[in-house]
Amino acid sequence: MSLALKALKKSPWVFHVNTGACNNCDIEILDCLTPRFDVERFGVVLVGSIRHADVLLVSGPVTANVLPRLRRLYEAAPRPIKVVAFGACGCKCGIFRDGYNVVGPMDKYIPVDAYIPGCPPKPETIISGIVKVLSQL
Amino acid sequence: MTAFGYIVKYLLFPGFVFSAVVGLLTTWVDRKVTARVQYRVGPPWYQPFADTIKLLGKEVVVPAGARTTGFLVMPVVGLAAATLASTILWLVNLDPTVSFVGDTIVVLYIMTIPALALIIGGSASGNPLGILGASREMKLMFGYELPLVMAVLTTVVKVGSFSFEKILIHQEYNGVMLGSVSGVLAFIVAIFCAQAKLGFIPFDIPEAETEIAGGTHIEYSGAPLAVVRLNTAIMYLVMPLFIITMFWGGVNFVGWRILTSILKYVAIVVIIVVVKNTNPRVRIDHALRFFWGPMFVLSAVALILATLGY
Repeated sequence: MSLALKALKKSPWVFHVNTGACNNCDIEILDCLTPRFDVERFGVVLVGSIRHADVLLVSGPVTANVLPRLRRLYEAAPRPIKVVAFGACGCKCGIFRDGYNVVGPMDKYIPVDAYIPGCPPKPETIISGIVKVLSQL
Repeated sequence: MTAFGYIVKYLLFPGFVFSAVVGLLTTWVDRKVTARVQYRVGPPWYQPFADTIKLLGKEVVVPAGARTTGFLVMPVVGLAAATLASTILWLVNLDPTVSFVGDTIVVLYIMTIPALALIIGGSASGNPLGILGASREMKLMFGYELPLVMAVLTTVVKVGSFSFEKILIHQEYNGVMLGSVSGVLAFIVAIFCAQAKLGFIPFDIPEAETEIAGGTHIEYSGAPLAVVRLNTAIMYLVMPLFIITMFWGGVNFVGWRILTSILKYVAIVVIIVVVKNTNPRVRIDHALRFFWGPMFVLSAVALILATLGY
């Protein structure tokens, strides 16, 4: 394993995008940064720009309006980039499955490396998802 | 000293390699103390090094609307300037006789270059938020440079010389600047200016992760981002060192003074981190008013007291 890949495992930076979720998943993501779980122990931080990111965390079913933005985000990300589908909606559109404006799920449009199911996923599930993504590297 | 000797000093010790390692360790201390303040555990000690190596291995994306040369060269210019400032300060502190006339002014000038480089780099990125960050950085520079120069002038007036050698020797025989009223006032002003120069909360207005998504850094990825972050890390070493040299008798590696030197450095870093963690981000006009109002008045009072001999 190369040095850069080893370093990547020690500091995955996450860019989080909401593609039409109900905001509950977003709250659970912030839970991971609180004292109880503190994923910064493993070098995980939330970044503000997709150019800094190693992991693209997508929560929500993909709506028609957000689809072009999601594609652009995926193209703008510097490689290697890992894509994670987050929550029931990110994996299979959840309760929004029959919505008139829902064109998801997201894995129809961009390749997904890991699924974190749950509505919303518990922080423990999220940490196990992080481990899954990192073990693929 | 020969030209080759200077190049070795610039690249190895106390220049690039040494400054980068100590600077990155300082950013770790920053993150760890921040985590402890928030009752978290925080990252392990090698975290900044892992971040840097990872970024060096990632793809470099140059956005379609960017001016490629300016965008990619400017972080390196900033890094070169920060390293030069660090080298001059360490050399002067370790052996005051290498000081030259007016090196205080030279270091003050060099320390503005990393910020200027970020302004040009952010403007060249072609991203509206990057340009917004660059314009805010420019306004912030107008704000903090004036009180910082006034604070430095306080020491210069007191010592009667612009060279680090005279400043260090004066503090060696007549007690440190912090022992006098004007010194304490100027020190307070310098700490706040350091906060703004390093781009930390409450003055992280140009970067503002939650608001303009990284500002001047927004389009940087891979190796250039690593250089930008190294830049910040080395400035994190330079600013406390500059303040210690000007107001607290400098650092030294002889005998017991190693311990006091490290303690001084850590004390200033902890002050900066605590200010960072107990304040919200201010608006750019509030920051300008703060620096041109209270800070300017404070530094002017310090300067007047210094001319009167207090």
